[in-house]
Order: sequence, then C-alpha cells, then structure tokens
Amino acid sequence: MTYKITVEGAGEATCYEDERALVAMERAQGFGRLRGLARKLPVGCRRGGCGICRVLVLEGDYRSDPMSRSCVSAEDEARGLVLSCAIYPLSDLTVRLETPCLNKPGILPAAQTSGE
Amino acid sequence: MALTGVLRPGFAQLRVLDMEKALEHYTKRMGLYEVTTGHDGRVYLKCGDEFDHHSLVLRQCDQAGIDMFAFKVASDADLDAFEARIADYGFAVDHVAAGEQPGMGRRIGWTIASGHRIELYAHADLSDPKPMIHNPDVWDLEPHGMAARRMDHCLLYGQDIEKNLDFFTKVLDFKCAERVDMPDGLLAIWLTCSTKAHDIAFVKYPEPAKLHHVAFELKDWHAVGHAGDIITRYNISVDVGPTRHGITRGETIYFFDPSGNRDEVFAGGYTYYPDNPTRTWDETQVGKGIFYYERKLNDAFLSVVS
Ligand code: FES
Ligand SMILES: [Fe+2]
Repeated sequence: MTYKITVEGAGEATCYEDERALVAMERAQGFGRLRGLARKLPVGCRRGGCGICRVLVLEGDYRSDPMSRSCVSAEDEARGLVLSCAIYPLSDLTVRLETPCLNKPGILPAAQTSGE
Repeated sequence: MALTGVLRPGFAQLRVLDMEKALEHYTKRMGLYEVTTGHDGRVYLKCGDEFDHHSLVLRQCDQAGIDMFAFKVASDADLDAFEARIADYGFAVDHVAAGEQPGMGRRIGWTIASGHRIELYAHADLSDPKPMIHNPDVWDLEPHGMAARRMDHCLLYGQDIEKNLDFFTKVLDFKCAERVDMPDGLLAIWLTCSTKAHDIAFVKYPEPAKLHHVAFELKDWHAVGHAGDIITRYNISVDVGPTRHGITRGETIYFFDPSGNRDEVFAGGYTYYPDNPTRTWDETQVGKGIFYYERKLNDAFLSVVS
C-alpha cells in the first residue's frame, strides 16, 4: 500500500505504509520528484524533536508520533501544523512546507529548590 | 598541574518524548546500562567504564532537549568556593539536596548566559557495572551495542556565548582549546577543564537553552565504524558520519535518539594541556574544522537542535 504526498508547488512523493512522511519526501527529492522546491528540503532529526520539518497538512489523514511541544503546540497539531517526520499517512496527503519557528520560548531551566 | 576544582562532566539530564524507546536506544544500541529509576520516573543510566552512579538522566516530557549539564568537582569545599565565585560573578545559585537524584550528593546549580542550567557536585556513589578495582580485567561486563565508554561532553546552542567564555574561564577555571571567529564575531568555543580537547562547547544561536548533542566516547575508529553499522541496521536517524572533526580531531558520528535529541559517538582527539595556545578558525576553513573530510558544514549543523 502506498500513498501520494503532494507537496504544494513542488511535486509528489510516494509514501509507503508505516513510513514517515518526511522520509518519503527526502526520497522523492533524491529522485528529482520535488523539482518545484525553492530550496533543499529541511531535514533534521527525523524523530519529532527539532522542528525543522514542519508542514501544514491541507488535505488527508495520518497518524502521529509524539512531537516536541517546543516545535508544535497542541493547537498547531490540531489544525494540521505538524512535524512531517512524526506523521504517517493513512490516505493521500497534500502538505505545505512551513518555516520552522525560531524564538519560541520552549523550556527554560527553572531553578531547583529541593533542599535548602 | 594536577586536575583540581572542576574535574570532568558528570551527567546530562535529557528530556525524552517516549521513555521506552529512549531506553532501548541508550541501553541496547548505545551500550549504556540502566542503573535505577527514581520515584518521579526519571531513569538513571551509565556507561560500563564509569565508576560513578550515573552519567545520563532521562526525563519523560512533552518537549525534547536538555534540562541540565553537571560537572563533578574534586571536593566538597570546592562546591562552597565555586558557589561564592559564581555568586560574585552575578549568577543566582540554588541548592539541590543530596539524594534528589539517587546516588548523588548535594549539588549547586545556576543558569548561564546562553540559558542553560549548569550544576556542580562533589560526591557520587559508585554503581555497577564499573571498572574493576583489584586485579582489574579490561571490563567487568563485556561491552555491547556501540560500547560507549563514558559520557564525554556536550555541545550547547544559545545566545551570548562571549559571556559563557568569560564565565567558564574566569569563574570555573576552564581553558578555551579552540574557537571559531566569523567576520561578525565569535561563533563557537570548545572549553576544557582537563586534558581532553573539550568538556563542553557552545555555538552562538538565536534561541536560548538548546541542545546540539551529548557525546559518548568509544574505544577507537573501529568502534566508530561498528557504531555506524548499528545505526544503519536499526534504522537510527543519522546526521553525519562516520567522519572526523578538524576541531578536537575526534572521529565521529552524529545521530538522533528517538526523541530527536542529537547524540555523538566519537573516538580520539588530542591531549590538551593548560599552557597550550587556543587554536583558532576563521570563516574560510570552519567547514574543515567541523567536518574534516567533507570540508563544509551540512545544513543541519547550525540549524538543527532540540
Ligand atoms: S526533522 Fe526534526 S522534527 Fe522532523
Ligand atoms: Fe562533540
């Protein structure tokens, strides 16, 4: 079973069952199938932790792995703004690449006070 | 000069999105050992060639990244002396009671200019497995997975690394082994408190408190190659390598844990002595400095952090 991922304005990728959308997009780029991309596909950890692979899903169903909340809030995720490395298509998808967020607060170290 | 004051990196505490996957990665693949689980769910791990209780703490969280990086100091009196110097420098120091992490003595902690929490402690219990002490064999338990021997250093990303350089050298008595200066200023520093080429490093980055990687030391180049085989066999997400750094000369692979935190395994690197000059790199050769064989940065080096 394969699904088609249409990357808006760039081209199409073929994604296999239980494959991360980003991995399918990386392969498609390697095969020259995402020629419309203005720049190299942003690829980082491929594990939902760095946020570089954000996309907005315009159409289609998918299941997800946990995504680091410093990159994607619960509200983002609910409206389809997700990390493409942490989603697995369950139908054909249409996605739009989204610039990763910089300067989101994330977790700053809190002073620990256990003890004195 | 004998090693005094800050001795070495002690432990890193990482945030992971899925504890079960993280444990499989760090124990089965990288070759660490699970020491214990705390009552709050944090899991404590160590490498087989380390004496102290643990060197890696995993905390389940909905955000990846690093909570803190801790160094061991030589004596309890050093903790008080450093606390006074850190406070004098202007950072607020807080106290963590002995036992807050199993097997750890009291700790002091504070936040540096790049937004990272740093801690110092003087005491850790011993735990197994550890190097044998009497008539020692080369190991007690035979190494497995990538056979990480010790948690070695970290590379952290954040703002104002000029101030980190000033603080680590003036207050914690670190030395700057290498630095990268770009036309618009300082980009990166490699700092050492020992005879290793680095114990902690920083790269300038617009967001505070970010993790680039935590590094684990392997025996030699062959072990780095074996780690590469494991990374492919188990479909671990790889960033770069096997390759070599020009800076520090380490032979290396960068890859990611299942939560997207970058790990490094490496071997080698030169011996640093405190009278050595700081080695410097400029814009024209920094690619070779970071990845010696590729001679250019990859897209992820300056942009992918957790
Ligand atoms: S590549 Fe890091 S979150 Fe997707
Ligand atoms: Fe490193």
